[in-house]
Amino acid sequence: MQEAADLEAAKQGDAEPLLRVRDLRTWFLTDAGPVRAVDGVSFDLAAGETLGIVGESGSGKSVCAKTIMRLLDPPAKIVGGSIEFRGRDLAKLDEEEVRAVRGREIAMVFQDPMTSLNPVLRIAKQLVEAMTAHGRFTAAAARTRAIDLLRRMGVASAQAAVDRYPHQFSGGMRQRVMLAMGVSNEPALLIADEPTTALDVTIQAQILELLRGLNADLGTAVILISHDLGVIANVCARILVMYAGEVVEEGAPEDLLTDPRHPYTWALLHAAPRIDAEAEDRRLVTIEGQPPDPRAWPEGCRFRARCPFAIDKCAEHPDLLPIDATRASRCWVTQAGGALHEPVRPQPQARDAATAVAPQPLLEVRGLSKHFPLPRETLFAEQRVLRAVDGVDLDVMAGETVGLVGESGCGKSTLARLVTRLHEPTGGSIRFAGSDITHATQAEIRPLRRRMQMIFQDPYASLNPRMTVGEILTGPLLLHRIVDGQAAARTRVEELLGLVGLPRQSMQRFPHEFSGGQRQRISIARALALGPDFVVADEPISALDVNIQAQIINLMVDLQERLGLTYLFIAHDLAVVRHVCDRIVVLYLGKVMEIGRAADLFARPLHPYTRTLISAAPVPDPRVERTRRHVPLKGEPPSAMNPPSGCRFRTRCPVAEERCAVEMPPLLPAADGQLVACHFPGRI
Amino acid sequence: MIRYVGSRLLTSVVMVLLSTLVIFLIANTVPGDPALVAMGDMAASDPAQVKAFRAEYGLDLPLWEQYGLFLQRLVHGDLGISISSRRPVLDDIVDYAPATLELATIAFILSIVVGLPLGVLAAVRRDSWIDHVARAVSLIGVSAPTFWLAFIMLAIFYGQLDWAPGPGRLDPVSFPPDRITGLLLIDTALQGDWATFHDAAAHLVLPSIVLAMATLGLVTRTTRAAMLEALSQDYVRVARAKGLRRRVIVNGHALPNALLPVVTLGGLAYANLLAGAVMTETVFSWPGLGRYTFRSAVTVDFPAIMAITAIVAAVFVLVNLAVDLSYAMLDPRVTKR
Ligand SMILES: Nc1ncnc2c1ncn2[C@@H]1O[C@H](COP(=O)(O)OP(=O)(O)OP(=O)(O)O)[C@@H](O)[C@H]1O
Ligand code: SF4
Ligand code: SF4
Ligand SMILES: [Mg+2]
Repeated sequence: MQEAADLEAAKQGDAEPLLRVRDLRTWFLTDAGPVRAVDGVSFDLAAGETLGIVGESGSGKSVCAKTIMRLLDPPAKIVGGSIEFRGRDLAKLDEEEVRAVRGREIAMVFQDPMTSLNPVLRIAKQLVEAMTAHGRFTAAAARTRAIDLLRRMGVASAQAAVDRYPHQFSGGMRQRVMLAMGVSNEPALLIADEPTTALDVTIQAQILELLRGLNADLGTAVILISHDLGVIANVCARILVMYAGEVVEEGAPEDLLTDPRHPYTWALLHAAPRIDAEAEDRRLVTIEGQPPDPRAWPEGCRFRARCPFAIDKCAEHPDLLPIDATRASRCWVTQAGGALHEPVRPQPQARDAATAVAPQPLLEVRGLSKHFPLPRETLFAEQRVLRAVDGVDLDVMAGETVGLVGESGCGKSTLARLVTRLHEPTGGSIRFAGSDITHATQAEIRPLRRRMQMIFQDPYASLNPRMTVGEILTGPLLLHRIVDGQAAARTRVEELLGLVGLPRQSMQRFPHEFSGGQRQRISIARALALGPDFVVADEPISALDVNIQAQIINLMVDLQERLGLTYLFIAHDLAVVRHVCDRIVVLYLGKVMEIGRAADLFARPLHPYTRTLISAAPVPDPRVERTRRHVPLKGEPPSAMNPPSGCRFRTRCPVAEERCAVEMPPLLPAADGQLVACHFPGRI
Repeated sequence: MIRYVGSRLLTSVVMVLLSTLVIFLIANTVPGDPALVAMGDMAASDPAQVKAFRAEYGLDLPLWEQYGLFLQRLVHGDLGISISSRRPVLDDIVDYAPATLELATIAFILSIVVGLPLGVLAAVRRDSWIDHVARAVSLIGVSAPTFWLAFIMLAIFYGQLDWAPGPGRLDPVSFPPDRITGLLLIDTALQGDWATFHDAAAHLVLPSIVLAMATLGLVTRTTRAAMLEALSQDYVRVARAKGLRRRVIVNGHALPNALLPVVTLGGLAYANLLAGAVMTETVFSWPGLGRYTFRSAVTVDFPAIMAITAIVAAVFVLVNLAVDLSYAMLDPRVTKR
C-alpha cells in the first residue's frame, strides 16, 4: 500500500524518480565482436518502489544490475545511455565517486550466498567494514548495529553468530547476512539479483518476506531480479520483462500476469506449470527455438523467430510504447490495445488403458534406510552416522509417475540412488519387477540395469565431454549387447535422437556444443537407449529456463505415453511436481511424511509439513496470492546427524504438542488412500 | 585446536620414522659396498680387514638389526661415526649445518619479501609492465639452471665489477667470530664485531640471490595465480559492491585467501633450501650441508647418509607441521569441518 501511494505521489507530483535509466547499452567488447548484453534499456524507479525484472537466462538482467552498480570491468563497456540516480549520472562518475554510492546509496545482494561471503573472515568483520567504509559508523557502533541487523533478519542468537565464520552458516542464513549487509547503510535502493534461486522454497519464502518487510519498514526501493514470475509477483509492484537485452514489457503484476501484452511474457506465463491449477493435459505451452545470439541481434523484432503472433510488420524493430496509463509493450500486434488470445492447448488425450487395468507394482520399497558413516573427528572419537534415508516404504506402480519432494538434504537423491542401486542400502528391502535387488551384486543387477535408468540434474556434468553424442549413446548399446555391430547401433542412435527431438547430425557433435536443454535431451536419450521401463529423474529440469523446462516436461510426458514408462521424478519445484506426477511422496529428514494422489495432496494436505511447503511456493498471480492462506515455516531443517526425537518435524511444526516429542507418528492411511505420518493430521 | 596440534605432532613423528626406514631400505639395495669404497682397493683385497671393518660399523648384522641399532642410537642423539671423516656424524653436522641454515634462511626471506608483493602487484595490475616483469622473473627463476646462474653472477659481480666479494663465508683475512650459534651474522652481532658482520653479510649476497631465484620464481608465480583466482571470486565482487576501497579489497579480502596456497609452497620451498643446495654451495665454496651430503653420497658414507636423511626428513616434517598450523590459523575451515 505504502509503495503504491508513493508511486502515485511520484507520478502526480511529477517528482524526480530515484533512478532514471535511459537507453542503457552495456556491451562486452570481446575479440569475437561486441556482445550486446544490454542494448537499449529504459525505466524509472520511484523512491520506495519495488521493481521486478524477469527474463530468461542471458537476457541481460544481471548485466543491467551490475551496470547500475558500475561493477563491470573491461571488456564490458557502457557504450550509451544514462543512469540518473538522485540527479547524477552514475555512468559518468569516476571510480572514487562510484565507490561512495556503492553500498551506501545503492546496495546489492547476489545469487549465491555460499560464495558471497569471504570464507576466511568473521561475519562481524564483513558486516562492520561495510558500515565503516562509508564513515557513517565507528567500529564499535557498527558492531552493535550488525548484531541488531542480524536479529532483525531472523538470525538466531545474533550476539554469538557475528563472531562465526561463513562456513558455519547454512545458505539461508548467509543470505540473511547478505541482506543485513545490504541495508546496513540504509541505502535508498537495494538490488537483489536472484537472491533466492539457490535456496529451498521454504527458505525462499522467508527471505522474500524479509525483503518485503525491509521495503515497507525502511522505505528502501527494491529491484528484484528473478527468472521466476511467482517470486517477482510476490514482492514487486511493477515488473519489467527483458528479452534479448531490451525491455519488452512493463506493467503492474495484476495486468501483466493476467493479460500479458507481449508474446514473450505470454509464453513465459503459460510455459510454467501452476501450483494452483489442475491441468487436463500434462503438456505445457512452449515456444520453439533458442534465444538469439547477443553478438548479432536479429533485424526487426528480436522475438520474431520464436513468436507465434508474428505479422509482416514485425520485420521492423518495435519501440517500447505505452498501451495505457500504467503499462507499456514492445510489440506491433498489441500496440493497438488488443489482448493476446489464450494459447491453444494440445487436445487432452484420454489417459490410455494402461492405468485402467489393476496396477502392478514395479518397485516395492520396505523400511529402506541408508546411513552414511561420517569421518571421525579424532582417532578415538565415536563413529557418527548421517541418516540420509531412514525407513522409507514406497510403491511405484507400472506406468505411473511418482514425485519425490522435500527440502534439500531430506534424502531425495539418496533414495533415488538406492532404488537404482547406485548406493548399497543399510537396511530394508527393494524389489524391482518382482526380484529382490536389495543386496544384489553388480553382476546380478546387470540384466535389470537395462530396465531402470537415471537422469541427473546437471546434464553437462553427467555427459563425458570428450565423447561425441554418437559415442555417448552407442556405448551402453554395445555394452549391453542391445544391438549387433556399428551399423545397427547407428540406426538405433538415430532413432533415439529422433525420439528426444534432436537432429540426426547431433551424433558427430560434442556435449559442449549444445544448450542446457539440448544436453538434457541427450541424457534422456542415453537413459532411453537400453529401452528401460523405469526411469528415475533427479531434478531433471531444475537447471533450465522456464520455456526449456516446459519442453523437457512435454518430452517426458510424450515418451511416457509412447513407451509406457514409469517415472520416479524428483524436483524441488512443487508446481512442476504437481503438474507431472500421479502420486507424490513428501520426505522430511529421511522419512516419509505423506503420500497421496497429486490432486488430493494439493487440495487437502494432511501433514503440517506438506501444508507449509505448498504455502511457501509462490503463485504468479497477485489475485490468487492475496486469497491464499499462508502458513510460514519457521527455521531450517535440523541436522540429519541427530534428528529430533519423536516426530522429526516437531521442531518446526506450528501445531506440535508434547506427544509429538515422545512418540514417532507411524505412516497411516487417511481418507482416499492418502498416507500420513502425523498425530494430528489435517490440523492446519 | 590443541587436539589438532597434538594429533599433527604425533603424525609427524611417525612420518620421520617411516622416512628413515624407507631410505635405509633404499640405501641397502643400491649397489656399492661402503667397506670397499672407504678402505680403498688395497685394503679391500684383504678379506680379514674387510671383515673387521664391517664388524666395526655393524655392517655384518642383519638389516633389521642394523636399523634397530640406528634407531636406538638416534634416540640417544648418537648418529654414528662417519666412515669418511672418522668423526661422530653429529659433530660433522653441527659444523656444516649453520652455514646452510644461514644461507637458506636469507634466501627464503628474500624470495618471500620480493616474490609475494611482486605476485600480488602482477595480479592486481594484470597485463601492465609490472606483470610482465613478474612473469619474466618467475620464468627465469624457475627455468634457469642454478649452476649457470651462480657462475654468471660470480663472473659479473665479482669477476667483472668487483661489487661483491668472492666465494666463501668470509674473507680469508677476516677473523671468524667465536662460535656461539655458528650463524655468522648472529655471532658477530652478539659480539659487536660489526666489521666481520659486514663481511659475512656481503658474502651472503650473491649466493642467497642465486639460491633464492628458483623459490622466488615459484612464489611469484603462485602468488599471482592465487591472487587472480581470489580476485575473481564472488566475495570480491560483494566487497566492491559494499563500496570498499580497492586497497582494502586486495589486502583485506583477496590476499588472506591467496596466502593459503603460498604458505604451502613456501614451507616446501624452505625445507628444500634447508636440505642443502649442492650447486650453489659448490660454486660459492660454501661449507654447508649440501656439500657434505654430496661428499657422503659419493663415498657411500652410510652413517652420514642415514643421519642426513633423518635430519632432512625431520626438517620436512617440521616445516610441514608449521605449514599446517599456519594454514589452520589462516583458514577457519580447517580445524572445524
Ligand atoms: N564477461 C562477459 N563476457 C562476454 N559476455 C558476457 C559476459 N558476461 C555476460 N555476458 C553476456 O551477456 C548476456 C547477458 O548476461 P546476463 O548475465 O545479464 O544474463 P541474465 O539475464 O542475468 O541471465 P541469468 O538468468 O542466467 O542470470 C549474455 O549473453 C552473456 O553471455
Ligand atoms: S512485434 Fe511481432 S514478432 Fe515481435 S513480439 Fe510482437 S508480434 Fe511477435
Ligand atoms: S506429529 Fe506433531 S509435530 Fe509431527 S507433524 Fe504432526 S503435529 Fe506436527
Ligand atoms: Mg543473472
